[in-house]
Amino acid sequence: MNTTALKELLYKMADDALIIGHRNSEWTGIGPMLEEDLAFSSMAQDKIGHALALYKILNELLGEESPDKIAFLRDENKFKCCHLVELPIGEYDFSLIRHFLFDHAEAIRYEMLSHSSFTPLAQLAKKVKGEIKYHTMHADSFLKQLAKGNEESKARMQSALNFAFPYALGIFEKGDNESELIKENIFAGEDELKKQWLQKIRPIIESAGLKLPKVEESAIKYGGRKGFHTEHLKTLLDEMCEVTRLEPTAEW
Amino acid sequence: MYGNTHITEEEAKRLNTIDEDPEKLQAFEERIANGEKIEPGDWMPKEYRRQLLRMIEQHAHSEIVGALPEGTWITRAPNFRRKLALIAKVQDEIGHGQLLYSAAETLGKTREQMLEDLLNGKSKYSNVFNYPAVTWADVAVIGFLVDGAAIVNQVINSKGSYGPYCRALERICYEESFHLKQGHDNVVYLATGTAKQRSMLQEAINRWYRPLLHFFGPPDRTSQHSEKLMKWKVKLASNDDMRNQFLDQYVPKIWELGITFPDPNLKKNNDGIWEFSDPDWDEFKRVINGGGPCNKERLEVRKYAEEAGRWVRNALMNPSEKYTIPLA
Repeated sequence: MNTTALKELLYKMADDALIIGHRNSEWTGIGPMLEEDLAFSSMAQDKIGHALALYKILNELLGEESPDKIAFLRDENKFKCCHLVELPIGEYDFSLIRHFLFDHAEAIRYEMLSHSSFTPLAQLAKKVKGEIKYHTMHADSFLKQLAKGNEESKARMQSALNFAFPYALGIFEKGDNESELIKENIFAGEDELKKQWLQKIRPIIESAGLKLPKVEESAIKYGGRKGFHTEHLKTLLDEMCEVTRLEPTAEW
Repeated sequence: MYGNTHITEEEAKRLNTIDEDPEKLQAFEERIANGEKIEPGDWMPKEYRRQLLRMIEQHAHSEIVGALPEGTWITRAPNFRRKLALIAKVQDEIGHGQLLYSAAETLGKTREQMLEDLLNGKSKYSNVFNYPAVTWADVAVIGFLVDGAAIVNQVINSKGSYGPYCRALERICYEESFHLKQGHDNVVYLATGTAKQRSMLQEAINRWYRPLLHFFGPPDRTSQHSEKLMKWKVKLASNDDMRNQFLDQYVPKIWELGITFPDPNLKKNNDGIWEFSDPDWDEFKRVINGGGPCNKERLEVRKYAEEAGRWVRNALMNPSEKYTIPLA
């Protein structure tokens, strides 16, 4: 098994989950209604849990550092998350659209990985896809209601979608060793995932009365998978690691 | 998390002039004396309804405002274990708010009206949340001692007379007991950690000592009493009794760790009563009246949440599905 390719896959998935989880957790206490505080907080816990589970595979089976070290003591350029998850929470419209776009990709990714030839990942994927089902249900339900709510909410949903979509396409940036993953039946690849994702989200967006924006290839926000990030990731990591770094060798 | 209900002079006066049908009032009081619960559709004195509503509403506000000082540390928690535990904990507090607003709604005021009264200052929340969580150690102290204090209060109140509130409190206490374990674990790690961690903890304890004494309200000798509220089982123990119970349960646990409280006079007397220096009750009054370090900030955050989220709530006014199952 090509461990370089496998690590590349696990790191980007785990980093996506950790960073979106961090962002979702920022809604705790300030959501548009208490029920949404609770929803984003629940999703944050799930995502951070997924990140932890993936880092554990990296640590226990692939010889990487402990999950706490990987997450809390790694430099920014070692992170492989996509730009979509790094962006600040903004207003609820952006956070909801990001959640919709990202979680549909996650749902399909984990569905694909539940058939992976790498058994520990396949087992984890079976469990995770059951949780993400509720994330996409939540996203779909709010997307539809807000897109059909009133003039303001519809306009906000469309413009948030226009803004987020080029970033969402950046989810599918390929790693250098992806062909190995495909060859070894570990993961069917980002192109396949993107194809299925578009098939899934297009009808939901259209039935909500919104339009999927057209995006030129050059406008897609790539770079995250190679360690190049938006300016927001550094700020996020500085905050996330603030306490750990006070005494990096201490037990907290 | 919630402290004790604070009765003003004006409130006490209202409670002493109950104008109700004597027969109904007697039957009501007999039910309570027999240990029965009062349910939303039952007859109840107007003043009972008003006092309960005031209390449950304040409790609900305390939960959602109380989520703020700790909430700011979710993004900074130092490892996976603490981060996951803290998000779950703060989420519980918001959930308690939701549950309590539902319980208060059974008395005839909507959640929207209650939130409006929180923002316009008509309705209060627990004073303790007007203090900042300065370092990670404050999160540990809040989780252990503020939650501990709240449990003392809530376990007592769960024996009250109003059914929906009691049921909400039972569930809340169950969840709070996990918060306490988590807070204790966090405190123990800091107390047994490096010199820096220990000193962070000691400083946090120093900061929270007075607010914790204030938590249960002014001393009995200076506060308004209401026999009525006791008789109606709206209030079940005096401020001093609750404070004493708290000190008795928690001070030894902190001392055990070699951590001190910033009060040389703190000690337990032979009669089981704890003695402590005057925690500056003038400050308590100042903070209650808006002069605390974070009063303004807390309300501003809530105002932001209300204003920034208004378009979402407006758009959902005509939902395609309606849920009418009451939570309490």
